[in-house]
Amino acid sequence: MKLVLSVLLSAGMLLATGCSSHHGDQGAPGTDESKTLRIITWSDYIPQEIVDQFRQETGIQVEVSLSNNEEIISKLRATGGAGFDLAQPSQDRIISAQREFRIYRPIDLTKVKLDEFRADLLEIVKKNATYEGQLYALPYVWGTEGLLVNSKRASISDYLDLCRPDLKGKTSVRLRRPTLMAFALAIGKDPFALYGDPRAYSALMDEVGRTLIACKPNFRFFYDNKDQLINGVRSGEIVASMMWDSVSWKLNRENPDLKYINPKSGAIAWLDTMALPARGRNEAGAYKWINFTMRPDVAAKIARSIGNFTASKDADALMDPELKAQFAASFPDGMKNLKWYPAIPPGLEEIEGRVLDRIKAAN
Amino acid sequence: MLEATATAAWHRRLMLGLLLAPALLWLFALIVLPHLDLALLSFREPVAPRKYVPSLAQYRTFFAEPLYWHVFMRTAILSALATALTLLIAFPVAWTIAKLARGRMGALLFVVCLIPFWVSETVRTLGWMILLRESGVLPALLVRLGLTNGPVELLYHDATILVGLVYTSLLFMVVPLVGSLESLDNSLIEAAYDLGSGGFAILRKIVIPHAAPGITAGCIVVFMLTLGNYLTPTLLGGKNSLWFTEQIYTQFITRFNWEQGAAFGFLLLALSTAMVWFGLKLSGQRFSDVMRRT
Repeated sequence: MKLVLSVLLSAGMLLATGCSSHHGDQGAPGTDESKTLRIITWSDYIPQEIVDQFRQETGIQVEVSLSNNEEIISKLRATGGAGFDLAQPSQDRIISAQREFRIYRPIDLTKVKLDEFRADLLEIVKKNATYEGQLYALPYVWGTEGLLVNSKRASISDYLDLCRPDLKGKTSVRLRRPTLMAFALAIGKDPFALYGDPRAYSALMDEVGRTLIACKPNFRFFYDNKDQLINGVRSGEIVASMMWDSVSWKLNRENPDLKYINPKSGAIAWLDTMALPARGRNEAGAYKWINFTMRPDVAAKIARSIGNFTASKDADALMDPELKAQFAASFPDGMKNLKWYPAIPPGLEEIEGRVLDRIKAAN
Repeated sequence: MLEATATAAWHRRLMLGLLLAPALLWLFALIVLPHLDLALLSFREPVAPRKYVPSLAQYRTFFAEPLYWHVFMRTAILSALATALTLLIAFPVAWTIAKLARGRMGALLFVVCLIPFWVSETVRTLGWMILLRESGVLPALLVRLGLTNGPVELLYHDATILVGLVYTSLLFMVVPLVGSLESLDNSLIEAAYDLGSGGFAILRKIVIPHAAPGITAGCIVVFMLTLGNYLTPTLLGGKNSLWFTEQIYTQFITRFNWEQGAAFGFLLLALSTAMVWFGLKLSGQRFSDVMRRT
C-alpha cells in the first residue's frame, strides 16, 4: 500500500510539474487534443450509445474514467486539475474543493445553451457552486437517497426503522456522510441548518454517531458500492437499507416486492454536475459535450442508462413511462419533502470524518 | 601495461555504474523522493485555505485520539499473530518438501503451494467471500451436516481476517524455510538419534538453530506484507475490519487530509522497522545474514 501510494504520489508530482507548460492550452484545432475528451464520472452516467453518437456528430472520441466524489477531488488535486477535460462532482462538493485546491475553471455561460436546462436545478447550482462571483458547474442529473425495503419481509417508514430489533443483522447503510445527514434528520434535527455553526454541528454529529453506534449490530455490513448491496438484497441477506433511487428501481423491476420509499424525514436529494478541471486540454470539446447531453433525445438516453432524471428541460416527454410510474409510486407527493444538500463549508468533513471513524471502530 | 589495467578497472566501474543506474534511479525517483515529500507533508498543518504552517499537529492527533492508537496496536498485534500462525503452518510443509519428499515429489509439492498465486489477490479474497458468506458454500455445508441449525455468518470476524492473511502469506514463509532446511545435513539428525535424543530436543537444539535465519527472514517478509495489506482485511473484515492501512487510505482519499495520511504512513513505517529490529534482537540474528536467505 505504501509503495502504491508513493508511486501514485510521485506520478502525480511528475504530472504536476511536467504539465505546467500546458497551462492555459485550450486544445487548439488541428491537434490531437481536440479529438479526445477525457471525462471523469460515475458508472452508468455516460452510456456507450451516446459516446458513439457524439463521435459521429463531432469526430471527438470520449474517454470515460469511473469514479466517485472523493476520488474526483483527490485525483484532480494530485495533478492540480490536469488529466481530465470534464468532471462530474456533486453540486455541494464544488466550492470547498475549489477554495482549497483550485482544481476547476469557471464556466463560460455564453458557450452554453442555458435554455435547455431545467430552471429549478440551474438555480440550485447557481446558489451552491458560485465562488468569487463565478459559476463553476452546470447540472447534469439528479436523484435521491432514501430507503429500499423488501416489502414482503419488513415494513419500514423512516431511517430509524433500520435500527428496529426485529431487523437485527438484516439492514445496511454506507459509512459516508449521507448516512449521517439522514440519521440527523431522523432524530428530528436539521443538519443543513447547522452548516454555518461548527460547534453545534459537531455536537449534532456526536449525537448522530451515538445513534449509529447503538444501531451497529443491526447492520450486516457497511456497503462501499452498490453492487455489494445489490448482492446482499438479491441473496436475501439484506431486507432493508439506505439506497439510491435508481438502483432500487432497477431491483424493483426484477422483483416487485423490493420497494423504494421516501422516508418520513425526507429523502436526501443530490445533484451531480458538469465542471471543467482547471487544466483540461479540450475546453471547446467539453462545451460541445455539455450542449450535446442536454438535447432532449440524448438526455432521455442518459436517463435510461442511469435510471434517474436529468437536468434537460424537455426530456421529460421522452422519458421511460415505467420509470415515471416508479417515481410516482415512491414519491406520491412529487418533489415535496426532499432535502437538497447545501454547499459544504470547510471543516465540516473533518468533524464528520471523526464521527465516521468512531462508528467504524465501535463494537 | 599499467595504463591498460587502469583503463580496464575504469571500464569495470563504468559498467557497474550503468548496470546499477536503472535500479538507483527507480529507488530515488519512486521511493526516496515521494517519501521526502510525504515527510514534509506530515509535518505541516493547514491553517487557512492553501496556507500551511510547520507543526506536529498530525502526530499529536494520532496520540490524542484513542481510536487511531487502538487501530494501530490492533494491526500490529493481529499481524504478529498472523505471522506466528503462518510459521506454525508453513514449518511442517517446508519440512516435508525439504526432507521427506523424494525427487520430483518435492518440486510437485512446491508447485502446489505456488498454484494459488497464479490468480490475483483480489480474486482469491473474493473466493473466500463466496465460501464464507451466510448464503455461501461453507455455512450451507455446516447446516447440511447438522452442525448448525441455520446458516451462520462466517465473514466479518477477526478470525476471518487471520485466515485470509495466513493464506495470502503462506508461500512467503515456505520459500525461505525450505531453503534453510535443505542445507541441514541429515547425518546431524541421525547422530542425535544415535546418541539417544528425542524428537523435540532435536527440533529445539538442531533444527531450529540451523533454520533460524530462514525463519527470521520468512517472519520479516510475512509480517511486513501483513502489516501493509489493504485488500484482505478490508474485504474479509467488513464493518469491523479496522486495519491501519485503511485509515491511511481514508485520510488520503476520502478526507483529502494528506497531512494526516502522511503522518500515519510514517508511523506505520516506524512500527514495521521497530518490529523487525525487535525480532532480530530477540532471535539474535544479524540483518545481513537474514537478508541473504530471502
